[in-house]
Amino acid sequence: MSKMHIKLTVNGQEHEMLAEPRELLIHTLRERLNITGPHIGCETSHCGACTVDLNGKSVKACTVFAAQANGAEIKTIEGFAGPDGLHVLQDKFREHHGLQCGFCTPGMITRAYRLLQENPNPTEEEVRFGMAGNLCRCTGYQNIVKSIMAAAAEMNTAKEAAE
Amino acid sequence: MKDLTEDQIERAAKLKGMGTSRKRVEDVRFTQGKGNYVDDIKLDGMLFGDFVRSPYAHARVKSINIEEAMKVPGVVAVLTAKDLEPLSLHWMPTLAGDKQMVLADGKVLFQGQEVAFVVASDRYAAADAVELVEVDYEELPVIVNPFEALKSDVVLREDIKDETSGAHGPRNHHNHIFTWTEGNEAATEQAIDSAEVVAEEMVYYHRTHPCPLETCGTVASMDKVTGKLTVWGTFQAPHVVRTVASLLSGIEEHNIRVISPDIGGGFGNKVGVYPGYICAIVASIVTGKPVKWIEDRMDNLMATAFARDYWMKGRISATKDGKITGLHCHVTADHGAFDACADPTKFPAGFFHICTGSYDIPAAFVKVDGVYTNKAPGGVAYRCSFRVTEAAYFIERMIEVLAIELNMDAAELRRINFIRADQFPYQSALGWEYDSGDYHTAWDKALKAVDYEGLRKEQAQRIEDFKAGKTRKLLGIGLTHFTEIVGAGPVKNCDILGMGMFDSCEIRIHPTGSAIARLGTISQGQAHATTFAQILATETGIPADSITIEEGDTDTAPYGLGTYGSRSTPVAGAATALAGRKIRAKAQMIAAYLLEVHDDDVEWDVDRFSVKGAPERFKTMKEIAYAAYNQAIPGLEPGLEAVSYYDPPNMTYPFGAYICVMEVDVDTGQWDIRQFYALDDCGTRINPMVIDGQVHGGVTEALAIAMGQEIAYDDMGNVKTGTLMDFFLPTAWEVPNYTTDHTVTPSPHHPIGAKGVGESPNVGGVPAFSNAVHDAFRAFGLRQSHMPHDHWRIWKIASDLGLHA
Repeated sequence: MSKMHIKLTVNGQEHEMLAEPRELLIHTLRERLNITGPHIGCETSHCGACTVDLNGKSVKACTVFAAQANGAEIKTIEGFAGPDGLHVLQDKFREHHGLQCGFCTPGMITRAYRLLQENPNPTEEEVRFGMAGNLCRCTGYQNIVKSIMAAAAEMNTAKEAAE
Repeated sequence: MKDLTEDQIERAAKLKGMGTSRKRVEDVRFTQGKGNYVDDIKLDGMLFGDFVRSPYAHARVKSINIEEAMKVPGVVAVLTAKDLEPLSLHWMPTLAGDKQMVLADGKVLFQGQEVAFVVASDRYAAADAVELVEVDYEELPVIVNPFEALKSDVVLREDIKDETSGAHGPRNHHNHIFTWTEGNEAATEQAIDSAEVVAEEMVYYHRTHPCPLETCGTVASMDKVTGKLTVWGTFQAPHVVRTVASLLSGIEEHNIRVISPDIGGGFGNKVGVYPGYICAIVASIVTGKPVKWIEDRMDNLMATAFARDYWMKGRISATKDGKITGLHCHVTADHGAFDACADPTKFPAGFFHICTGSYDIPAAFVKVDGVYTNKAPGGVAYRCSFRVTEAAYFIERMIEVLAIELNMDAAELRRINFIRADQFPYQSALGWEYDSGDYHTAWDKALKAVDYEGLRKEQAQRIEDFKAGKTRKLLGIGLTHFTEIVGAGPVKNCDILGMGMFDSCEIRIHPTGSAIARLGTISQGQAHATTFAQILATETGIPADSITIEEGDTDTAPYGLGTYGSRSTPVAGAATALAGRKIRAKAQMIAAYLLEVHDDDVEWDVDRFSVKGAPERFKTMKEIAYAAYNQAIPGLEPGLEAVSYYDPPNMTYPFGAYICVMEVDVDTGQWDIRQFYALDDCGTRINPMVIDGQVHGGVTEALAIAMGQEIAYDDMGNVKTGTLMDFFLPTAWEVPNYTTDHTVTPSPHHPIGAKGVGESPNVGGVPAFSNAVHDAFRAFGLRQSHMPHDHWRIWKIASDLGLHA
């Protein structure tokens, strides 16, 4: 199979590679670039463990070809914590016990980040609907929802303070 | 216990010991994507394995041609049963005393069965080659129903067709596995025959699957230079895996290192040994390179570890005012193609005989018949302590059916039959000794919390409104009072493949007063790194934040039987507390020496030993730890370490009261959980935040099972629910908020009184949801309807009751 030249920017860093057209983005990230935060839970885009942020949208990297992402800006869980420490979402998931085994967590937080970009002040119902593409087998979602609501509140407070 | 002084309270708070909602230490890694799960492991030259699986549920394998597959660039080997046979690895022993094909040996017995193992340079090449392996099958008649299996002339297991006896006694048919009984049959029949009221029902607990978000997988690496085999994998019992690997391969146990890295949920799916593990190990030995095998989701749902599939025929008898006199149960247990149940060896039906539940039932008898069918093997304890979920569902349905027969309120029927607090320790008719409980207090608290009387009034009004045509929604009140049996278990009667079910903890206190503790268990999300440090903090006075907990590496951790069946806290938690006490005992001698008083003249004081009557003279644990390494103390060895292997004297018996209030739409079958109240009594509470999290998650898994999740087969043995499109896992959208509550009845035989909680919410949750559905339709004549209660089945209930007319 002839290979394609693919260029990706992941968490601010540029990568170039030759890959088969059938290579899935999740494998590119995990196996070529050693970005193992996004996980594989189902291969049918139901579970959301592989969620990454691609050009400002949540996508499931298990059902996107690397070739489709050519030229894209991608953010994964590895791009959240900064020199000042954890991102507020990471911090709130910890504070409110929004994770147990941790396998869904990278996808959850990455999706929650985009949800809050799209809707900075969601109701609980909107959070539940907006997170319905990400499955968790451990928490029953109650504390995930709580974590996201708490993160939204803190992000809004910080924004108001800055304005 | 003396009241603590303000100073003591302040010092205790700094320890973050037992009873505090300490934040999890695991989360700093996990929230940054820095977990290390098996598929994250990457070794130089690593190969990737993938299975050719059977498309048929029952077929003879006439030939396998690997020629074309071997031509795929990157393919290194294709293993079949013929390659494994010289190593005697084409079959493997199961945990239940049966044997299972590793790769198809002459025939296949379920759809998705492993037929050949392709090893290639990467997963794409392996997948390409899987497509090119040519297998010639001859289809055979398929049996998916266990009742038919026992009548059929079709022999499923030709390898044992002439054996009249199996691991658990006589077999009475070529598709029969075992008959297992417990209790007094004559006394039970007599009680039922002479009873004023008898209720009889078939209660089916359908086949489902634990489906953790991370599938099963392994990386096997044979180092031909050192002769050492390292196996990383999704193992809930890594030490047992090492022993089994040694016995099967002939490699000495010290040359095998098994590592369970982070595990993305287990729920019983990762207790067993699967063909993928064996094939990866063999492939690594053959190729001399590391070999990775990771299931995809379809493999996982089709081939590894189903749960339940119990047909439970029950009879329950009572006096006319509701006092239960007898319980009889006959189970037809569908085990699939191989008996690969994960149960302690002597218990082929697990602890199903906890099925008298929370009730004082004078006579009881259970009989379980295990049966082979053309379905996947398994029968694992899906968030359950060995068939306890089946038992709890059975008794909690039978109570509801009896309440209908007696025309009695189901809450009141439970209350008058509960084992009373003064009856503990309680000997059940089926042979268990319940350690402690106070069911009436928990029940009253639960009923009051939901305003049970108010709910019943609302329900009565709703029924009137429905009959008057004012609404199409009914209200169901699902009650459950469950009693669990966990913490397996006493070595005298509990073992896995001969290994006694003790557990262990080893502690090393460092000179500067921090510590590392290693346990024989392995967390799959249960927060062991957080909570076991809390036990040690309270026991040793070293702050939890200064204690590292490690599990899962057989080269470093003490031998233990692993994490499943809610056994970590009851067994390893006890070992941890006792190892802590050994540390403290030596610390007392060191402190006494340093303070120049007799050992008996110092007393424990939160995080230090002080001189009795002179609390201002003390040595903190930090000071004691340093002294252990820098002073020659007469009569004492240097250092401060301890190890404890704990053989529990009894199981623990957590219990709880769950109430589900559900709205059911008669015309669409849709349901809405309006309220779910969960009261758990797990004895002493180590970390309330973690307990609540366990309850939320367990009840959600229960919701899934009761309301839609199943492994379904068609008559040809095709799996109809092999992807997450068809296999129901609830999303945040379907799941309600739960109200949690508790009472505390410590276990009298456990060093810290803790009982375990991980599985309670699944055990109690399923009957609560199911009973709510049944209760909604009780007034219209519904007695029993099988789970899962998906929208169609609920619609069908309404239709069959004539409510659509």
